[in-house]
Amino acid sequence: MLNILGKRYIFFAISFLLIIPGLIMLGINGMPLSIDFKGGTLLEVQFPSNALPSTEQVKDIYDGLGVKDAQIQTTEDTVLIIRSSVLSDTVRLDILEQLTALAGSELIIRKADTVGPSIGEGVTERALQAVGLAALAIVLYITFAFRGVPHAFRYGVCAIVAMIHDVLIVLALTGYGSKLFGWQVDSLYLTAVLTVIGFSVQDKIVVFDRIRENNTIYRKLEFEKLANHSIVQTLQRSINTQLMTVEFFLLALALFGGVTLREFAVILLVGLFSGTYSSIFIAAPLLVVWENQEWKTWFRRTPKTA
Amino acid sequence: MDRRYINFIFILVLVAAIIWVDLPRAEGAAGIKIGTFERTLNPVLGLDLRGGMQVLLAPPEGSDIDKQALEDAALTLENRANGLGVSEVVFQVAGDKYILGEFPGLTNTEEVIATVKQTGLLEFVDAGTTYLPDGTLITTDHGLTEPVINDPAVVPVVNSEGVVEPADYVFHTVMLGSEIEKVSVEIDQVTGTFIIPFEVTDGSTKMFRDYTAANIDKNLAIVLDKRVISCPTIGSALDGGGQISGNFTSETANNLAVTLRYGRLPVALEVVESRIIGPTLGEDSLSKSLLAGAIGFSIVILFMTIYYRLPGLVAVFSIAIYAGLTFALFKLIPVTLTLPSIAGFLLSTGSALDANILIFERLKEELRNGRTLQQAIDLGWKRAWPSIRDSNIATIITSIILFWFGSAFGASIVKGFALTLALGVGVSLFTAIVVTRNFLSIVIKLINPARHQKWFGA
Repeated sequence: MLNILGKRYIFFAISFLLIIPGLIMLGINGMPLSIDFKGGTLLEVQFPSNALPSTEQVKDIYDGLGVKDAQIQTTEDTVLIIRSSVLSDTVRLDILEQLTALAGSELIIRKADTVGPSIGEGVTERALQAVGLAALAIVLYITFAFRGVPHAFRYGVCAIVAMIHDVLIVLALTGYGSKLFGWQVDSLYLTAVLTVIGFSVQDKIVVFDRIRENNTIYRKLEFEKLANHSIVQTLQRSINTQLMTVEFFLLALALFGGVTLREFAVILLVGLFSGTYSSIFIAAPLLVVWENQEWKTWFRRTPKTA
Repeated sequence: MDRRYINFIFILVLVAAIIWVDLPRAEGAAGIKIGTFERTLNPVLGLDLRGGMQVLLAPPEGSDIDKQALEDAALTLENRANGLGVSEVVFQVAGDKYILGEFPGLTNTEEVIATVKQTGLLEFVDAGTTYLPDGTLITTDHGLTEPVINDPAVVPVVNSEGVVEPADYVFHTVMLGSEIEKVSVEIDQVTGTFIIPFEVTDGSTKMFRDYTAANIDKNLAIVLDKRVISCPTIGSALDGGGQISGNFTSETANNLAVTLRYGRLPVALEVVESRIIGPTLGEDSLSKSLLAGAIGFSIVILFMTIYYRLPGLVAVFSIAIYAGLTFALFKLIPVTLTLPSIAGFLLSTGSALDANILIFERLKEELRNGRTLQQAIDLGWKRAWPSIRDSNIATIITSIILFWFGSAFGASIVKGFALTLALGVGVSLFTAIVVTRNFLSIVIKLINPARHQKWFGA
């Protein structure tokens, strides 16, 4: 039988290698918050083909009206996304008028968002509180649902730790994405993270359920073997479910145009994959680490006998 | 009769109902109406899918916020916007200090917001024997320095287009909104209809009594910003107050009471956020998400039938019922469809599939252990159930907390996501327990299982 749990420290190391550089990048560059969280105006304007103005021309228009912080991004050949500090209605209309003059014909306004700075404040904080509360409720529920097995509390905690792992993977991805593709954290991003969290917990419970069931069947078996056996038993299901749910989003990714939605799809893709991965390679191994209390041997010189 | 056939018939009836609800309807076609429950059965699309504008209004920083005043302000704004002839505008209180306004199909924020935000002027106008329908635009003599004497022989009429003739007719303003107080909504003990009692301030009592005494059976129009809101008839002389009766529902009575109470907005509001989504982007997102859903679903059908064979095919029907039922619920509740709520729906589709996969993997396992097909189906289901139950309950717990967070903070994105996720997961539990299981047991009843093990992918 496949021995997945025996290689647990390798999997932990892989996750660390993926997560840490991304978090460092985030730390250096800061969280790429969109106007949804820090306030500002976003204009997404589609120009007629062959009439797309240069970045400098647009920048000049903004500068001319006293808006010095405009950031211009081109997508889909004819679409400009311009982010700046909050524009008043009159300034915004002025800008659109000048852009129209530049293009020589009518523009299609795809999006025009203005968010006051006070709105975003606290959203992140409250979102964290909500997720924290949800995590607590999940730990309590799992402890209750697994009350038949020894140390039911551990299952809840390991599920949440693995869920945090998935969120960290998404954050690391954000670090890479913001550096390479100019990704921004907006409210759609928040939705993607919530989706990853929901899926992650659900998947952990399915895998843990098998350990719960086997616990009553193989009472004498060593916990590590029991957990490994359970993982292997649910492997086929994990792969199939993952294939299907991710397939959905892969398609969405391929078909949705536009920078915003592509970002959303990639985050879901990676996050949901991580949700399945971490059930097998993080959550269950953590249970074993806890069962064996392995941290006592981490700093000893003697080679491990796993 | 066999229990499974009773269930099967129940499922068929349900499917018929789902199809009926889900069928697309022409604009304005009749929906359903049961008592006070009335739905047009058209899917409600959010602004990100149909285009339009959304504004978030809040009282200025540091001002006192009274929940009731916010509710009243939202209602007042909505009445005014509707008075402007802008269709389908919704203003609602979001979170503890915001009012969220949504204008489907509109993109010129400045004008509309400026108009609805301005202070309103409420007048009681002498309409004589003319009945002025709601929404009629009239000229009044309030604020004019020269009194206007209308030719008594001329009786103004409102033509079929809702325009007053003669066009230069000036109505006399009897009283202003600032002269009334203590407006409430009550139910008439005798007739059981809604009435709106109000009192006139002391300074205007005598004038109002004299005026009403002289004009019994004439109409007294209530006018906001020169637009008629209501045109009740004076029943008797009114001393210090009166009541407006008419063909009110609880909602229209409330609306009128709020307007009377607040000719002007009860709180000052400023725009803290505005979002405009152009109709092209909305359409684009909608058609792309529909296409993605359709292709994704086709791939799932292929995969399930190739990998799990007969049970896979059964699951496909079960998932189709799941998707249909969820969509029907979206229409009935109704749930506004936005990109985040579609994400919630897709995620719950994932868990609906997962439930079926869990059952089938178990079924195959039991078959490999040498059980008969019937035993394997029963056991597979029984053993997969705890994991389906617990994982889905955890998801429901998460979505309830997120929903609460979304409503408390006016984060409609999170709220929409959580709602569709919870609904979808609930429905997926139902289809896994009832539909998949029932279909499977009927299928083995109809074929001779011993000869067709390979149909089950064993």
